[in-house]
Amino acid sequence: MIKNPGFYFNSELCTGCKACMIACKDKHNLPQGVLWRRVIEYSGGEWSIKGNTFEQDVFAYYISMSCNHCENPLCTKACPTKAMHKDENGIVWVDQTRCVGCRYCEWNCPYGAPQFNAEIKRMSKCDFCRDNLEKGLPPACVAACPTRALDFGEYEELKKKYGEFETVAPLPISTLTNPHFICHPNRHAKPQGSKAGIRGASISNPEEV
Amino acid sequence: MSKVLSQKKITRRDVIKGGSCVLASLALPFNIEVINAHAEDIIKMPEPDGSGEKILWNSCNVNCGSRCALRVHVKDGIITQIETDNTGDDSYGLQQLRACPRGRSMRQRIYAKERIPYPMRRVGKRGEGKFERISWEEAYDEVGKRLQNAIDKYGNESVYLNYGTGALGSTMGRSWPPAQTPIARLMNLKGGYLNHYSDYSTCQITVGMPYLFGGGWVDGNSLSDIENSKLAVFFGNNPSETRMAGVKCKTLQHARFTNNTRTIVIDPRYTDTVVSSGDEWIPIRPGTDTALSAALAYVMIKEDLIDKEFIEKYTIGYDEDTLPEGAEPNSSYKSYIMGLGADKTPKTPQWAAEITGIPPLRIEQLAREIAQAKPCYISQGWGPQRSVNGENISRAIGMLAVLTGNVGIAGGNTGARETSGYSVNMERFPTFTNPIATTISCFNWYQAIDDYTKMTAETAGVRGRDKLVTPIKFIWNYGSNCLTNQHGGINQMNEILGDDTKCETIVVIDTTLTPSARYADILLPSCSNLEENDWSVAGDSNIGYVIFDNKCIEPLGEARSIYDICAEIADRVGVKQEFTEGRTQYEWLEHLYELSRKAEPGLPPTLEEAFKLGVYKKHFPQNHIAYEDFRKDPVANPLATPSGKIEIYSSTLAQMAKDWKLEEGQRITAVAEHIEDPEGHNSPLRATYPLQLIGHHYKQRTHSTYGNCPWLQEVAPQELWINPLDAKARGIEHNEKVKVYNDRGVTYVNAKVTPRIIPGVVSLPEGAWHTPDEKGEDQNGCVNVLTKLQPTALAKGNPHHTNLVQVEKA
Repeated sequence: MIKNPGFYFNSELCTGCKACMIACKDKHNLPQGVLWRRVIEYSGGEWSIKGNTFEQDVFAYYISMSCNHCENPLCTKACPTKAMHKDENGIVWVDQTRCVGCRYCEWNCPYGAPQFNAEIKRMSKCDFCRDNLEKGLPPACVAACPTRALDFGEYEELKKKYGEFETVAPLPISTLTNPHFICHPNRHAKPQGSKAGIRGASISNPEEV
Repeated sequence: MSKVLSQKKITRRDVIKGGSCVLASLALPFNIEVINAHAEDIIKMPEPDGSGEKILWNSCNVNCGSRCALRVHVKDGIITQIETDNTGDDSYGLQQLRACPRGRSMRQRIYAKERIPYPMRRVGKRGEGKFERISWEEAYDEVGKRLQNAIDKYGNESVYLNYGTGALGSTMGRSWPPAQTPIARLMNLKGGYLNHYSDYSTCQITVGMPYLFGGGWVDGNSLSDIENSKLAVFFGNNPSETRMAGVKCKTLQHARFTNNTRTIVIDPRYTDTVVSSGDEWIPIRPGTDTALSAALAYVMIKEDLIDKEFIEKYTIGYDEDTLPEGAEPNSSYKSYIMGLGADKTPKTPQWAAEITGIPPLRIEQLAREIAQAKPCYISQGWGPQRSVNGENISRAIGMLAVLTGNVGIAGGNTGARETSGYSVNMERFPTFTNPIATTISCFNWYQAIDDYTKMTAETAGVRGRDKLVTPIKFIWNYGSNCLTNQHGGINQMNEILGDDTKCETIVVIDTTLTPSARYADILLPSCSNLEENDWSVAGDSNIGYVIFDNKCIEPLGEARSIYDICAEIADRVGVKQEFTEGRTQYEWLEHLYELSRKAEPGLPPTLEEAFKLGVYKKHFPQNHIAYEDFRKDPVANPLATPSGKIEIYSSTLAQMAKDWKLEEGQRITAVAEHIEDPEGHNSPLRATYPLQLIGHHYKQRTHSTYGNCPWLQEVAPQELWINPLDAKARGIEHNEKVKVYNDRGVTYVNAKVTPRIIPGVVSLPEGAWHTPDEKGEDQNGCVNVLTKLQPTALAKGNPHHTNLVQVEKA
């Protein structure tokens, strides 16, 4: 099984279809409200009216993201019971037998990756489809992507394959946690820290994630 | 058992919960009440049958224009997970048939609480939703008796097969086209039925655009041919949302990125096609593509940018010199554009800017950009034409391809949508020929119920006869939510369908209790495509394929296949032997497979092996070039127009403009003129209803299919797109509940406040399930309570994107 896995995502190709989210929910039987993978929309721009015509500089793009299995995860540092931990393969994972459902990990993760499962009152999160990796198969989300925007692999190998890119809005600065996530920007993307979105620096589709 | 529906443990006696139990009756979803059934009579989750674990191939068979492969995980007879195509190396041309979020939600669609459990008969007023449970034998007897009675009393032309696309692409189970279903085979053995032409997706382009290029359907180049284009211009063409399957995404990327072709999208919405492939978005008011096209033509003519050699050799009616005999002076296209025609209005960029909302300078630049990009892929989706003047819109966009000489060449196009692609030559279930010639449009069947005497060739586009001779008295509605939900004018349809002295029998056959199922007299459960053996055929720009659909699970409840249902009804009306020819459904498949193998010897030797193989793909390296033969030699290969050339001016339409009896405000024009929209930006009605309303295709559903799946509702909730300027003026915040209304209806939905839609326009994704409260006000964002029952001038089609509404905080 591969060690220290990471995800690659090409925002240039993503149509925001959310097949990755559904494939994840179906494989892991996730209840309502639990989204191990999320597709966020960042869109904005201004309109001006000139008589009966319009000028605008509207932009929009999507970023599909699960847990980034960070080099320096903040969720594990925040966990009072050590339930949230990085395992020997580099997968950040929560031991539900030790989790007390305090949700500190959720508060501390800048990506919103840990998800509270209200049915069992415990945290839950992306396990990189560990069972698939053990069989040499891709994670469900990667295999699902109709646009082939997702890939995975050992993070160091991924960097060699795809290179590294500047972080784009509305993602946090990567030095916070050193995420194992490479995001090829969309041609409409705004730089990290941009407040050009309809909700400023925040994501544009809070109701969907 | 851990992988069904939720993480809750499913016990032996657990059931799919269908709502509360009312003493001696059973309440099903959507206020359907079954008076003689009890809580334990609803569909039971099957008991684990000990058959072990397996992964079987099937497909997603809905009407998005794609067709995706599913690998269905089954454990002890229960579906536990859906995966998709993982075969091969996914190289372009043999790419994986990866399903979108809808196909991936199939498990929730199969095990939905809205599945129809058993045959039922209406007992209350039609549309009220009161039924009694009956046996299959009773159901077959009654349908047979009612069908025979309708034929005897009113004739075969009183029997109508409604349009329905709930089961698409398959061979035996298909609901579309209705003329190729087992129901059609049954009816053709019984003397035939009333036909329809066109479909709800494409009425206006189907009927309108062939006046320009001839034939029954205007062809387009492959989407992949954009790799050879210098520029691609999409008028309302939105493959990233309407055809978001993996096979099509791969094609779009191949097209757009192979040579990094600049792509401009002209659309009221900043669509996901702009996100994934667009270099520029030009927002436009709905229904005004004719005006934009005319102004683009004006600039091209004025600046001498048109392809004069092409126009001279391949077209008629461009200018006064090439008008056909009998045409009025100054009726040519050029005269119309330059202001020498009847309206004396030059179609300047300034003129079009006022109508479209696009600044005049951008129109000028766009004209130069299109004309100078050689070749240019000009295409239109089917959104623009699905409006009041959609016939002319379809031709007006086509005119840009004609003026620039982009027809019939690599990297060019006709202005139509791309070709649907290649397919593998599989034998289909034979349905015989309908002996009845009479045909109406797919949309105006409701008039044939309400008052058939008004329907003639000239008033209602009746074909095959001068006029209808009998009303519709019997409707087959299989795999169709087009009785109401997807038809339009839902509240008005309720009046027409509710009167059972008009149409006397409505037979609804479906897997699911859709809003249309409420109007059934007899309601029959058909099995889903995961519950029967079949195969599905589809393709794209450079690939054709067959998916062999395995029976993955036993049918839920008492569901039966459409073939078996029709065979039993055929028995009741005396044509069973002719219908079945002594074969079971599986024997038919074996027979048709044998025939298919003659045309396609690469198929596995036996059907059993094909079912195991799952997907059979073929790579077709050539891009399709529409009308290539005509371009090479127009004399040897004329078009199917009366003149054999591209008819910029259509004498046929000029004559119809004189002969046809149209409603007030409607026009038919010989050249593709802009016609002011009665519910458009310049309508006086905007004083009351200031916002134009369209209904885009949405990720949550394929039309209305999958609209009951909680996963999809969670990740893609129904919402009204509204520009921040319009939202602010109404005090509406993002994700806040709003009321959308006009004289035809009311609906409630949450707002998506987004700059991704042009001001003055709102868009409510089509297909949400009509869910009226006790006041009749829809609670689920169903756009078709706001659309109208007014067939368009020429196509008699559905003008679903032509609406004015008001929006306010709920």
